[in-house]
Amino acid sequence: MTDSSPTPPAVLMRGITKRFPGVLANDHIDLEVRQGEIHALLGENGAGKTTLMNILYGIYHPDEGSIEIYGRPVSIHSPHDAIKLGIGMIHQQFRLVQTHTVVENVILGMGKGFVFREKEASEKIRELSARYNLKVDPDAYIWQLSAGEQQRVEILKALYRGAQILILDEPTSMLTPGEIEDLLKTLHRMTEEGHTILFITHKLDEVTAISHRVTILRQGRVIATLETSQTNERELARLMVGREVLFRLSKEQIQPGEVMLQVENLQALNDKGLFALKGISFTIRQGEIFGIAGVAGNGQRELVEALIGLRPVQAGRVFLQKDEITHDSPRARIEKGLACVPSERLTALVPSMSVAENMVLKSYRQPAFGRGILLDRTTVRSYSQRLIEQYAVITPSCDTLVKLLSGGNIQRALLARELSSQPRLLIAATPTAGLDVGATETIWQILLEQRRQGRAILLISEDLEEVMTLSDRVAVLFSGEIMGIVRSEAQNLEKIGLMMAGAFRLPQEEWV
Amino acid sequence: MKSFRLRMERRLEAPRAAQVRALAVSLFLALIVIGLLFALLGVNPFYAYQRILVGGFGSLYGLSETIAKAIPLALAGAGLSLAFRARVYNIGAEGQLLIGAIFGGVVALNFPEWPRLALMPTMFLAGFLGGALWASIPALLKARFRVDEVLTTLMMVYIASDVVRYLVYGPLRGPEERGFPYSSRFSATAQLPHIDITRIHYPTLILAILAAILLYLLLERTKLGYEIRVAGENPAAARYAGMDTQKIIVIVLLISGGLAGMAGVGEVAGIHARLSPPEGISPGYGFTAIIVAWLARLNPLATLLTAFLIGGLLVGGDAIQVALNLPAATIQVFNGVILLFVIAGDIFTRYRIRLEKQA
Repeated sequence: MTDSSPTPPAVLMRGITKRFPGVLANDHIDLEVRQGEIHALLGENGAGKTTLMNILYGIYHPDEGSIEIYGRPVSIHSPHDAIKLGIGMIHQQFRLVQTHTVVENVILGMGKGFVFREKEASEKIRELSARYNLKVDPDAYIWQLSAGEQQRVEILKALYRGAQILILDEPTSMLTPGEIEDLLKTLHRMTEEGHTILFITHKLDEVTAISHRVTILRQGRVIATLETSQTNERELARLMVGREVLFRLSKEQIQPGEVMLQVENLQALNDKGLFALKGISFTIRQGEIFGIAGVAGNGQRELVEALIGLRPVQAGRVFLQKDEITHDSPRARIEKGLACVPSERLTALVPSMSVAENMVLKSYRQPAFGRGILLDRTTVRSYSQRLIEQYAVITPSCDTLVKLLSGGNIQRALLARELSSQPRLLIAATPTAGLDVGATETIWQILLEQRRQGRAILLISEDLEEVMTLSDRVAVLFSGEIMGIVRSEAQNLEKIGLMMAGAFRLPQEEWV
Repeated sequence: MKSFRLRMERRLEAPRAAQVRALAVSLFLALIVIGLLFALLGVNPFYAYQRILVGGFGSLYGLSETIAKAIPLALAGAGLSLAFRARVYNIGAEGQLLIGAIFGGVVALNFPEWPRLALMPTMFLAGFLGGALWASIPALLKARFRVDEVLTTLMMVYIASDVVRYLVYGPLRGPEERGFPYSSRFSATAQLPHIDITRIHYPTLILAILAAILLYLLLERTKLGYEIRVAGENPAAARYAGMDTQKIIVIVLLISGGLAGMAGVGEVAGIHARLSPPEGISPGYGFTAIIVAWLARLNPLATLLTAFLIGGLLVGGDAIQVALNLPAATIQVFNGVILLFVIAGDIFTRYRIRLEKQA
């Protein structure tokens, strides 16, 4: 093997394999990162990007494989080892002490002696921020800073510790467009100073904007490593999404009926106060599964919360059949026939309570479960028993605590409860996340059976296979906007992939 | 290089047997630590424990005193167990108890001529209102502005103390008390009847038993109780299911404050027969009730039992104070250590501790 570059690569990972219970997160991954380059790691959620980087940073230990840093074989057991090797990592969720200042955060855990050399540190931080264009006040408290500024503190922290190789996990997901531009400038500046950057992302425009090379991961495997200048967004999208989407379940033709959900120009903020939904419109009819595809973090959570009443709507209107519910309380929406299986299952269940008590979480107010203030436990149990049988939930008894059930059974119990009210609309957000193939199949069957019975279903999922298999129409959500609505057909797959990456917007008159 | 590391693993379920075992082990460890303290004070711990047991439970007199002290503990403790179940940490029962005592006392002092059957219920009702009123301030602050109730309920205790002190040194001081900070003695109809010659004021005892049963039924058999349990176990699920979590916060604080207030009425009308400075009304029953609720694993019915046990410890503590010439704070240390161990012991029901070898 001939090596064209005279210097050894900054990072060389060979045959890295990592198994988690039931999942092969990394499957014999080879990765070479040259000194001084910006290398993008591109892939969908669950492709294994973050796992691979956590291995490099010493958070996980690989089951197989070897790592070389600057040509020297190393074994990295902890982030401490990684830092000693000059590797720094900026996580998606910042790890800063909110009530401490920038200086205190940067030197936290570094002191050898008892004394905090704050003056010295403060000087060095000023010097570093000037050199790398990382504007931040060293004496500010973290809670006073925006997400972009906090990220700069994280970068300073890594540089202060002498990081030569910097890993950034989805660095732009929390930033405003202006902050993204600043970040990209800083990264360029850093490579000029000889730093090497590894950059996890699923956004194609960022890859083409700043990376020198890109490695595409899919389902734990390396699909390709390319020079960014010799590829394009279309090719990258195809490689990232793949073509193996199967249509295993057959869907019979159903004539969609009356409009059950109408969303008009919906706008809502995320927890940071930025617009997470920037004016979304769609309708769902009876007997229709409407899929929302997209990479997590593009407004899916906010959409679900705005629809069920847990997040205030800034502008726009929502109708359930003919009733406007835009500003209704969660309880009013439940009573008007809105059901929801949220992506975080445990926010819809009480794991430490019994299956029976969980089955009535939304219906306990009805007179059938006890007159006046009373709750009739016998009725609750017999009612739950019926649902358990009807939806084949496997549980020793209806008095078993929910947390003792398997993931698939928890999800089936949840679906049973939500469907038991004969809702006008069912929202199912990532309904099969974390489930094995068999459990996934069952959940899909239940949803398709509901469609056959004329239920309107909003399906939100990061799993493209799921969206394509179940939906009649698919909308792609990117950065708080719908990029297009197309039929769920194989020939639209490439379009969907491009829209998911924000590289393509379907003209509105072509929406279905 | 090899090193060892302690690792905590979450248990999937906390079986009842493990819970009881953890409780027994923590009580045992607490007794050892307290025994060491006794030894440091130059007292044979076994002798001290024996005296405590005999003092609290070993004679009819001791038992009657134990029950008398268990009454306010059970009444306030049952209310606290309800609040804690909703994960609303009302630790200001002491202040609610004091204000309840004042409200009940004011009724007693103003209507001394009323027949007992009218006066007694009015006093307890006033006490409930007083305690609930005192708890309503932290309740509104928490429900409206998300102010931490741990801080506010605790701070309200000190305000309540000063309010009581001001009143008994000022407006409520009895004219015939010659400058002492006491109210006038309650009239005969305003004083609670006792069992025989004991200090067991049975109307309050009956109230405590009723409260424990009713709160148990509330939690297990009503829709509101279901909401309280859901909100305590998983607030996110409660909001998702459309429950009014602010309403729940307010309700549990008002009920627990009200019951503490009734306990205060029991003390002034059943024991002291007058209003006095805060130390005279309650030796910290409102705080001790926290231990009572926790030992009962937040089951209102079980607070009757744990109140009896802790009441016995208090009586036994008084006994050794006199017999062994120990400082008055000893029994408070005793209680504090027990609470510390019981709460710490809770971890062992939820986690398994493993020693792990590291390469």
